[in-house]
Amino acid sequence: MNDAEALIETRGLVCGYPGREPVLRGLDLTLRPGERRGLVGPNGSGKTTLLFALMGLIKPSEGEIRLFGRAMTGPKEFAAARLRLGFLFQHADDQLFSPSVLDDVAFGPLNQGLSRAEARRRAEETLELLGLSDFADRVPYRLSGGEQKLVALATVLSMRPEALILDEPTTGLDRETKARIVDILNGLDIAVLAVSHEPDFLSKITNRLYSLRDGRLVESTVEPHAHVHVHAEGGLPHSHDD
Amino acid sequence: MSDLEAPLSQGSGPIHRLDPRARLLAMLFFSIPVALARSDASALAALGFGLLTLTLARPAPGLILRRLLAVNAFTAFLWVFLPLGGQGEALFHLGPLVYSREGARLALLLTLKTNAAFLAVTSLVGTIAPQDLGRALQALGLPEKFCHLLLMAHRYLFVIQREFRRLLTAAEARGFKPRTDGHTYRTYAWLLGMLLVKSWDRAERVHQAMLCRGFNGRFHSLAEFSYGARDTIFLMLAGLASAAVAGLSILEKTA
Repeated sequence: MNDAEALIETRGLVCGYPGREPVLRGLDLTLRPGERRGLVGPNGSGKTTLLFALMGLIKPSEGEIRLFGRAMTGPKEFAAARLRLGFLFQHADDQLFSPSVLDDVAFGPLNQGLSRAEARRRAEETLELLGLSDFADRVPYRLSGGEQKLVALATVLSMRPEALILDEPTTGLDRETKARIVDILNGLDIAVLAVSHEPDFLSKITNRLYSLRDGRLVESTVEPHAHVHVHAEGGLPHSHDD
Repeated sequence: MSDLEAPLSQGSGPIHRLDPRARLLAMLFFSIPVALARSDASALAALGFGLLTLTLARPAPGLILRRLLAVNAFTAFLWVFLPLGGQGEALFHLGPLVYSREGARLALLLTLKTNAAFLAVTSLVGTIAPQDLGRALQALGLPEKFCHLLLMAHRYLFVIQREFRRLLTAAEARGFKPRTDGHTYRTYAWLLGMLLVKSWDRAERVHQAMLCRGFNGRFHSLAEFSYGARDTIFLMLAGLASAAVAGLSILEKTA
């Protein structure tokens, strides 16, 4: 564990929805530069709630959130911190709204105050990095689900975030797109906090896995273990790619 | 391509090379005298300017015809109801009903004005891409909230349309066929209700996603706005056309 200033830190986070028991009950979490953490948990365990609280989209009822060393006390603090975080939504079509892919990828950089020429260059560079240069003039909502996800990732990476927050990044994707996302993420030198219900995927892009149990984080370990196969190739050496 | 995708803004006519702010200003100059025009001559002049902007916009003919038909479905009603209800000299009789010359003249005037305004709006404002429209309006000093509403309405209309199709397809996949009965009305009511709830949720998520990418109420776009000699010439032309429309109305009144 290094002593660098934490990018993301929560203490005793309690968060939930009116009329129900809170889903997060005193959650502590720290993400430092270079760390990659994965969070597994079943549907409804509060994974998305945690991420939304971190981005300031949901107000926790108790507890403290610190981003980049600053206490997040109100919308103003969150607005400043969001410019340094890259949040990938579960559904790419919630994230893409511009008439062209290039416009969408440039949206974040323009909001960060880059000039039009700089934002365009940044967007083009990011698309090239992800191998999406041919998509620049396409209409985002006409793309396939996998293409949309990659473009959504580009819209976030073009902001050069200091930490990536990924909400179920593989939902509804085929094996090929998943592999591409793993490659992209592993090629980046950037802190990652990812939630998913797919431990196999998470173990590929993160180096520490946690589960959300009873509204708190519990570290889980990945160990080889015996299991039953429902496919004929079960007896051969293999990996669980999806 | 659906109309919600602003197909006109993707054209490449001379009007697309004009600064969006100049196009908006031209529309502003032009719309006031057209709205106030009372004479056929000034309405015809307005229609002339509308046609001129249309040729500069070079839209797909099918698209314009389809939209013209939609607009003139309304003016068709004017041709039926205005002359029949009005008084004055009879043009002809429909059984006991009188079709008046005065009413027909009024219907003609309204038809000319409507089409002139429609053509000008379509070619001047319709050719501005939605994201540029927001920025141009902001640049002209309109309140940010107003521009925000306009752009979001555009974005959400599309979302709502898609959501409704999805719900309807799901209903049809389970054998739903619209008829004139209680089951159909109830199903439509549920679809609409569900649409409202889902659209609201969806709109909120889109807004949240925008916030996460640093959106703070101000729209930016990659397009360069450059106001040049071309724009000044066009604005002068629009000013002249507006003056002609206004002048012809005044002349007729004094004559």
